[in-house]
Amino acid sequence: MHSRRGNFGRTCRALLVAAITLVVAACAQPDGFDTINDPHEVQNREVHAFNLSLDQRVLRPVAGTLGEGGTGPVGDGISNFASNLALPRAIVNNLLQFQLVDAMANTLRFSLNTTAGFGGLLDPAGAWGLHKRPGDFGGTLAAWGMAEGAYLELPFLGPSTERDALGMMVDLAIDPLNTLMAPRERAGSLALSVIDRVEDRSRFAGLVDSLLYESEDSYAQARLFYLQNRRRALQRGLADDDIEDIYDDF
Amino acid sequence: MISETNLDRRSLVATATAFALGAFLWPGRARAMTVGEARALIQRLVDEINSVIASGRPEAQMLREFEAILVRHGDMPAIARSVLGAEGWNGASAAQQRAYIEAFSGYLARKYGRRFREFIGAEIRVTNTREVSAGVLIGSVANLRGRAPFEVEWLVSDRSGRPRMVNLFIEGINMLATERTEVRAMLDNRRGNIEQLITDLRGRG
Repeated sequence: MHSRRGNFGRTCRALLVAAITLVVAACAQPDGFDTINDPHEVQNREVHAFNLSLDQRVLRPVAGTLGEGGTGPVGDGISNFASNLALPRAIVNNLLQFQLVDAMANTLRFSLNTTAGFGGLLDPAGAWGLHKRPGDFGGTLAAWGMAEGAYLELPFLGPSTERDALGMMVDLAIDPLNTLMAPRERAGSLALSVIDRVEDRSRFAGLVDSLLYESEDSYAQARLFYLQNRRRALQRGLADDDIEDIYDDF
Repeated sequence: MISETNLDRRSLVATATAFALGAFLWPGRARAMTVGEARALIQRLVDEINSVIASGRPEAQMLREFEAILVRHGDMPAIARSVLGAEGWNGASAAQQRAYIEAFSGYLARKYGRRFREFIGAEIRVTNTREVSAGVLIGSVANLRGRAPFEVEWLVSDRSGRPRMVNLFIEGINMLATERTEVRAMLDNRRGNIEQLITDLRGRG
């Protein structure tokens, strides 16, 4: 039993390495801040229509029952707990990106919130200004020089890129908590992230509604939001070239 | 002895003044806005937004006040023009251009005003400044309950003749690029009919 699992793990890892190598080779094109690389737009728009109907039929009505602006203390507790569980994975990626200060800040945050924050339900670290530093494997791949790849909209998960979608899969495989968890705990953690998603949908109801239902082309808006936000986060701020001079056009 | 010092001082002042005047009058060199001036502009803008949010007035009134703030501190004609693009702008009559700027300003104030109102509740704080080739970028932070604070960056340019806000980035999301995508999609879906665009912008945001 044990050795079979070991073999399975090794096969998975080998497959991952192969996949990464393939994708790194496939998307070796330069990234410009305002460029949009969307060769799969037709399929992406179909997925977007699916995600939109999912939001319309399920997520939005369910979130609507929570009332506007989230559920308050209960919702905050769930968000805090889910975000705390995601920290070990972020720390692994901070280290893989050689962002040692981020890794230390996240480690301190994790220990504080897990102990003084009652297992992560409260966020005393945040109250002291020690907020979560982002870290995911998509970001690690970017730090290692992999190009962003084509834009993707994933069913259920929403906007992504080839690099970030791959990163998401690797994150699931290398998450220290995930590998420690029994199947039942893993199911619990999945349920938790679904609840957190509903909580977010209710908390940011105005923004999401305006993006999805009030804009002329919600697909194009979601794509722009995702790419600009992600690029700035990965390059840690806006570069001079990202900031156009509006008087130059006229 | 005393008169000699005075003379020295006088000639020193004269030389300094001549240099200052020379720098000021040097052809082709307009006096550039200082980082401090750009920061003061955004500080005023942010203070005004904060006080409108804190006033607790009805939403419709708040949105009108946001529009006044935008028009006061932002270069709305330049923003509106840049969003529409050269083709749409040049194809419009002067009256249409004016109507479009006005409709777009209202739309922008309603859209972003609503977000500011529901998102912030706390306060926006100016944190840092940076010179970039397009002007001065002012960083600010908005606090959200139970979340990491989010960053809003404001671009100030004085190419219109005086310092004005010309763009903002909310966690990297560029307002100008967002609205360009939106307004040009609207114009395309109306087969380039600017009158229809103006009418519909008045009802949006």
